[in-house]
Amino acid sequence: MEAAAGGGCGSGPALLLSEGEQQCYSELFARCAGAAGGGPGAGPPEAARAAPGAATAAAGPVADLFRASQLPAETLHQITELCGAKRIGYFGPTQFYVALKLIAAAQSGLPVRMESIKCELPLPRFMMSKTDGEIRFGNPAELHGTKVQIPYLITEKNTFKRVDDEDKQETQSPTMSPLASPPSSPPHYQRVPLSHGYSKLRSSTEQMHPAPYEARQPLVQPEGASSGGPGAKPPRHQASLIRSFSVEREPQDNNSNYLDEPWRITEEQREYYVNQFRSLQPDPSSFISGSVAKNFFTKSKLSIPELSYIWELSDADCDGALTLPEFCAAFHLIVARKNGYPLPEGLPPTLQPEYLQAAFPKPKWECALFDSYSESMPANQQPRDLSRMEKLSIKDMADFPVPTQDVTGDDKQALKSTVDEALPKDMSEDPATPKDSNNLKARPRSRSYSSTSIEEAMKRGEDPPTPPPRPQKTHSRASSLDLNKVFQPSVPATKSGLLPPPPALPPRPCPLQSEQASEAELHSQLNRAPSQAAESSPTKKDIPYSQPPSKPIRRKFRPENQATENQEPSPTVGGPAVATVKPHPTVQKQSSRQKKAIQTAIRKNKEANAVLARLNSELQQQLKEVHQERIALENQLEQLRPVTVL
Amino acid sequence: MAVCVAVIAKENYPLYIRSVPTENELKFHYMVHTSLDVVDEKISAMGKALVDQRELYLGLLYPTEDYKVTFPNQLCSYGYVTNSRVKFVMVVDSSNTALRDNEIRSMFRKLHNSYTDVMCNPFYNPGDRIQSRWAAALLGLPPSLCSSALLKGTVLR
Repeated sequence: MEAAAGGGCGSGPALLLSEGEQQCYSELFARCAGAAGGGPGAGPPEAARAAPGAATAAAGPVADLFRASQLPAETLHQITELCGAKRIGYFGPTQFYVALKLIAAAQSGLPVRMESIKCELPLPRFMMSKTDGEIRFGNPAELHGTKVQIPYLITEKNTFKRVDDEDKQETQSPTMSPLASPPSSPPHYQRVPLSHGYSKLRSSTEQMHPAPYEARQPLVQPEGASSGGPGAKPPRHQASLIRSFSVEREPQDNNSNYLDEPWRITEEQREYYVNQFRSLQPDPSSFISGSVAKNFFTKSKLSIPELSYIWELSDADCDGALTLPEFCAAFHLIVARKNGYPLPEGLPPTLQPEYLQAAFPKPKWECALFDSYSESMPANQQPRDLSRMEKLSIKDMADFPVPTQDVTGDDKQALKSTVDEALPKDMSEDPATPKDSNNLKARPRSRSYSSTSIEEAMKRGEDPPTPPPRPQKTHSRASSLDLNKVFQPSVPATKSGLLPPPPALPPRPCPLQSEQASEAELHSQLNRAPSQAAESSPTKKDIPYSQPPSKPIRRKFRPENQATENQEPSPTVGGPAVATVKPHPTVQKQSSRQKKAIQTAIRKNKEANAVLARLNSELQQQLKEVHQERIALENQLEQLRPVTVL
Repeated sequence: MAVCVAVIAKENYPLYIRSVPTENELKFHYMVHTSLDVVDEKISAMGKALVDQRELYLGLLYPTEDYKVTFPNQLCSYGYVTNSRVKFVMVVDSSNTALRDNEIRSMFRKLHNSYTDVMCNPFYNPGDRIQSRWAAALLGLPPSLCSSALLKGTVLR
């Protein structure tokens, strides 16, 4: 019909009239033609008859109509000139339509030129014609005057959907008076999540309606149904985009989740979060302690109060630790915050731990949860895809078919087509949406390609520092203090490392070594004793082998225990140092070995210092955790303690 | 009706203090401050680290427009000390004293829970002022002073 309307408007300027415009203009034209008999020529058959009337176009009903548009006279003259009526001497349909369109353009503030009418325009407003129209044009003109105001906000594509709703509602309730309709329409709109675009629409309709429509109250009612149609036509000018937009909006509105777009975790985001979780805590069913999470999230460079607030939001059970869903929620909030979203007042429903656990079940839970959540999943797919479009980089666009196949099977297939249809239109729609969140989405959409990737890279790049301390402790040398499991594997290494020196060990210090070994056994906290005993029992020469591994542990004790026995001044002694403990047969060997021993001792001291420093930091963290636990326990104790009265 | 709630650190500086009728805030701050002396006195008298659930009944009279000078409507402050010497002080407008005791104890319990939740936040350093976006929620509670509705778990968070 639009094509027909466009074709029907005639040759002259390439007018593209929407259905509403077409109908409106034709009716106006009919009125002008039928009203004063002469008026605008209805076409070639009437051209001759209208020719004398055309000369008096200014005085005809057309002129009245034009004056009713409240445009200045010069503009009207310009319009008349432009539309060609002056040239041909009468207002044919083409000229009339062009003139109306120019009037609309002029009323919209556009310059009166032919180019202005190429774009979409609201219908021309003829304010004064309300009173005139009653007399001259009859009711439908006024109705057009009323209805033409409705699609005023054509520039905002979002409002097209609202206009559809509004017109549908008005067709459904034709008995409403125009004054009554504005108050009743808001309740209808409430179910549609709206932005200022809607409020603008409502304000415009409210402005229009009270204007001079008093007289048309009885008129609107019977015409409401008919003109609701044409009034609704202009929005459908954008039908292809809007329909898809509304299609995907409907399920979203039904779920009332559309505003939670930024708070939905997409599949890829979820995988990323889970990987990050695993890097901090290998067991996905366990949780991350507060200090670890704090170090991790501090890397995101958000301010501490914001991180504190995010923690408050995400740690639902307030236990000072993050489970996997809590961690994902916190991570998602951080990502959102870095992309510019304001933090919500409360945890959004899509980020609740139960929701996250259900929506993204672990593989072993998949089967059980699919049935119960299959309904919500299809609806989730669309917003998830939408949010994915906003947040993820271009490469993720190609992954759309893949993630949609991931989680749920059955319902997705049906929706996938609509989703895929909707997606490209959304990409064009999103930048135009007036919502604040959509504006935010439009912004990060352009920069999220870089920001999220940078952020991901940042996080990935910054992750390695947190886990490493432990793996790095597996030194080949037995200089680490605190971990049995690290220590045990290093024993063979130290033993093998000590094998070369032993041949130089004289047997004489063996009694001393045995004493030292026994004392080391006594004072050893680790499980070195059995191994030391086992080592010392077979041969005396093995004792020195066992000693160097124990020496790092008991480095502090050895000066106390073995200072009197050891002539070696430095407490840290390696394999070669064992050789220096005993009186050597030759002085040269002794001095060289002493030097070697000193150097080795220095090296080992440094390593021990580093290890101790790490140990210290770990203990500090543990202390903090224990402090928190203590406070929690205090609280529990408080509750359990019987009430004492002073 | 509780009109002021304060969380005082071990070193006797306030971590969090809010009062409902904001025009009298200074008066309530002063009252809290004076009640700290009584708290310290009781703590030292107790010797060991016992927790005072209900600490103080100040029979002070404040001739303000909100509170009559007569006895039934005096302001009372109640104190509560945790094991880590963090003190909670609450100023109430006592009109139903007899019924108040258990309510006040439960209120303090909930306050303690909220404080623990704040502590659990790893981004909170003990000793910092408690900055909470839901602090305003606390203000909304005292007027409705029913103990269950008064202090929700998320009050201080």
